[in-house]
Amino acid sequence: MNFQEKLLDSFIAFEQDVDLLNPIHSDRKEALKRFEKQGFPSKKDESWKYTSLKSIIQKDYSLSSKPNKSVELRDVKEFFLNDLDSFKIVFIDGVYSPFLSKTTHDGMDICVLSAALSKGKYDSTIKNYFNRTVPKDESLASLNTSYTKEGAYIYIPKGVCPEDPVQIMHFSTGNQKSIWLQPRNLIIADKNAKVEIIERHQSLKEHAVVTNSLTEIYAEKNSFIDYYKIQNDLDSSTLIDNTFISQERDSNVSVHTFSFGGKLIRNNLNFYHKGENIQSTLKGITILESNQHVDHNTLVNHAQPNCESHQDYKGIFSDRSVGVFNGKIMVDKIAQKTNAFQQNNNILIDNKAKVNSKPQLEIFADDVKCSHGCTIGQLDKEALFYLKTRGIPEKEAKALLTYAFANNILESVKTPNLKRRINSLIASKLGVNLGFDL
Amino acid sequence: MAYTEDELKKELETKEYEYGFYTDIDSETFPVGLNEDIVKAISKKKNEPKWMTDWRLDAFKTWKTMKEPEWSNLKYNKPNFQDISYYSAPKKKPDLNSLDEVDPELLKTFDKLGISLDEQKKLSGVAMDVVVDSVSVATTFKDTLEEKGIIFCSISDAIQNHPELVRKHLGTVIPKKDNYYAALNSAVFSDGSFCYIPKGVRCPMELSTYFRINQAGTGQFERTLVIADESSYVSYLEGCTAPSRDENQLHAAVVELIAHDDAEIKYSTVQNWFPGDKNGKGGVFNFVTKRGICHNRSKISWTQVETGSAVTWKYPSCILKGNNSIGEFYSIAVTNNFQQADTGTKMIHLGKNTKSTIISKGVSAGKSQNSYRGLVQVSPFAENARNFSQCDSLLMGNDCGAHTFPYIEVQNKTAQIEHEASTSKIGEDQIFYCNQRGIDTEKAIALIVNGFSKEVLNKLPMEFAVEAQKLLEISLEGSVG
Repeated sequence: MNFQEKLLDSFIAFEQDVDLLNPIHSDRKEALKRFEKQGFPSKKDESWKYTSLKSIIQKDYSLSSKPNKSVELRDVKEFFLNDLDSFKIVFIDGVYSPFLSKTTHDGMDICVLSAALSKGKYDSTIKNYFNRTVPKDESLASLNTSYTKEGAYIYIPKGVCPEDPVQIMHFSTGNQKSIWLQPRNLIIADKNAKVEIIERHQSLKEHAVVTNSLTEIYAEKNSFIDYYKIQNDLDSSTLIDNTFISQERDSNVSVHTFSFGGKLIRNNLNFYHKGENIQSTLKGITILESNQHVDHNTLVNHAQPNCESHQDYKGIFSDRSVGVFNGKIMVDKIAQKTNAFQQNNNILIDNKAKVNSKPQLEIFADDVKCSHGCTIGQLDKEALFYLKTRGIPEKEAKALLTYAFANNILESVKTPNLKRRINSLIASKLGVNLGFDL
Repeated sequence: MAYTEDELKKELETKEYEYGFYTDIDSETFPVGLNEDIVKAISKKKNEPKWMTDWRLDAFKTWKTMKEPEWSNLKYNKPNFQDISYYSAPKKKPDLNSLDEVDPELLKTFDKLGISLDEQKKLSGVAMDVVVDSVSVATTFKDTLEEKGIIFCSISDAIQNHPELVRKHLGTVIPKKDNYYAALNSAVFSDGSFCYIPKGVRCPMELSTYFRINQAGTGQFERTLVIADESSYVSYLEGCTAPSRDENQLHAAVVELIAHDDAEIKYSTVQNWFPGDKNGKGGVFNFVTKRGICHNRSKISWTQVETGSAVTWKYPSCILKGNNSIGEFYSIAVTNNFQQADTGTKMIHLGKNTKSTIISKGVSAGKSQNSYRGLVQVSPFAENARNFSQCDSLLMGNDCGAHTFPYIEVQNKTAQIEHEASTSKIGEDQIFYCNQRGIDTEKAIALIVNGFSKEVLNKLPMEFAVEAQKLLEISLEGSVG
């Protein structure tokens, strides 16, 4: 039995665990049917031309986790960003860990999806938002929908702005040799709300973990969402991150993706505009080594006039790593006065490293300003030489220049704590101490 | 009175195809349909040697197993390959030695096109090979070229007279099974041009081919092979027109360029096939495969002005196989009414220190769709590869679309690749600026579109630049001075 069949067959067992009367169960069943028809994407699909899941889905994975040995706070403390009392939602092998988390229902809802699904007072919210922006033709999204059970649920009511970022942490323990996780997150910022969210997936020891995660984000009128994805996992882990963002008028959503590690990372990041005067920002730094593979697949669908989008992805690739950027800007006919900008810059450090870039524009409106740029090159030799003449060793000089290359993306990270954390990650990734406070 | 963009739009919509006439030349046409016998009959008609017939049959066999590609950003009704006549020749084959013997009707055709052979010969010093429907009818300046050892003739003549050259090079750049339309062309190509420039010769004049689909219900499948031997230089031009017809006509050509060490080929196209009327009826399907291979220190430069065809689907490409070779692509694609274009280039960097430049300008008006699709590939062994790509689109009106699909694949760290693209309309502030300098809006639009396409127009040979300007006028009259 191959893994796809296993996923289809295990659904009956999965049904034992969930509430079959919940209205979302029909979403699950429909999604499973779609997945059965669509199957896993292959290299023949245009959007999967440069990334193959073949070797991953040939293996077998367990779909549910065994009761795990307790994970102590000290095991995972280093991965937390803020001090203990900020909100966080922690999952161990896909199972919610109340002990490590800090949730709330006071003035806002920061909890888990299973709780929201089981309580009647959330029914209308679930009905209005759940699975509303997920396109039907994405097979991995369908797969996630069919196994919807657990994930983060964040609802920020009108005008509320939590002070600290909310952290969504997924740890996998390696209790099982291989595991397939499918977290499902639902995030809603109501009118004039503002929230920062940090998401991280982390293996605690080397083992085959595949995460097919799906996040739906709804930004209501004039809301403000900052979303940070930290992808610095061990080289045994695979992450398929599907994010669908629906924005109402005057809202501002930015997603920063920091991809520093993992065997294979695929980011499907999709923005849909539902009103005017929207701002969307997509930024990313990718620093890879060994055989790592990162694929950024972005879509910004400008469906309304007077909106702006800004994409900026930087990549630094060593060893045999592979970087893929597949960005698409769609401008519908009515989306006049759209301002869309897309940029992808890459540095290849080693000769075995590869970059495939496909920045696309599809424009149906005439009064727009759209541009994209893509470069692939090396560090400026003269700048490197200059630094060396000033007595800076080559390694540090290179790190300094690489740091400068990625810096404009760090500049838009608003939380100082996070900025420091990312800086130290970059420094350790480049293997140097820059000798100044980043 | 001020001339507004709306008026320009109206004018564009109503502009009719100027070259839409049909010449009543006696011609011989094969029955419609395609099967092995037709392929054999074409080969026999042309009195081809056995290896050529076998080559065609092999291509036909491969074609039968292939499927029509569907990945393009185009919408059209697929042609029915059994409804097309694969051979149509003007019956009175003119004597090639003297222009006086050319069918007077045919000469009139060229007069109407404004490319009277006579005139061309005298005034511009361009040597021409003219292909009407499928057969090459006249080659001018043959003698002058022969003195230099340059072979410039129809490909049928080349198969007869220079079989060794044809056999050695035909299908080496674009294999028979390369793609659906290339396979079809390999099986049924009826004529085309052949050009060989010997070692160290700099071709003294522009070589030119003029294609025209005349007969109804025929497809044109010409095959062009240009070989530039070591250290030679040639500039080659092709132009295309077709009369207006309601049904769609198919044009599936194959062009192969071979630039040996230190050679340079400049290949310019002005394509003005019938684009269909303003309701999108009729027009030519232009599905062309063009590719060149560059050996050491050689250079291939493609320049194209695409104003015609209902559907254009082509990617003139360069395989930069030799070290220090250079590939260039300059393109203007103008689409109007219901025209669709999916065009661009491929630059395959294989050799060391290879360079490529891509400049693509798209202008869409009416209800047309204009796509740029390009590939820049740097292989692991292509040290110090350098590419610069720029694709700009200009949108006129709100019913058209402009799309960009660049593919960039780099496997060598020494590569330096830059790609940039922009989409915009003619800015109100640009027009305002011109207005306040005393330039009226019509002139301003002309100025801006001209400036927008200048980089590419400048790359055309002098003789052609004038004609290209004329063609731009037809497509976007009122906007180009």
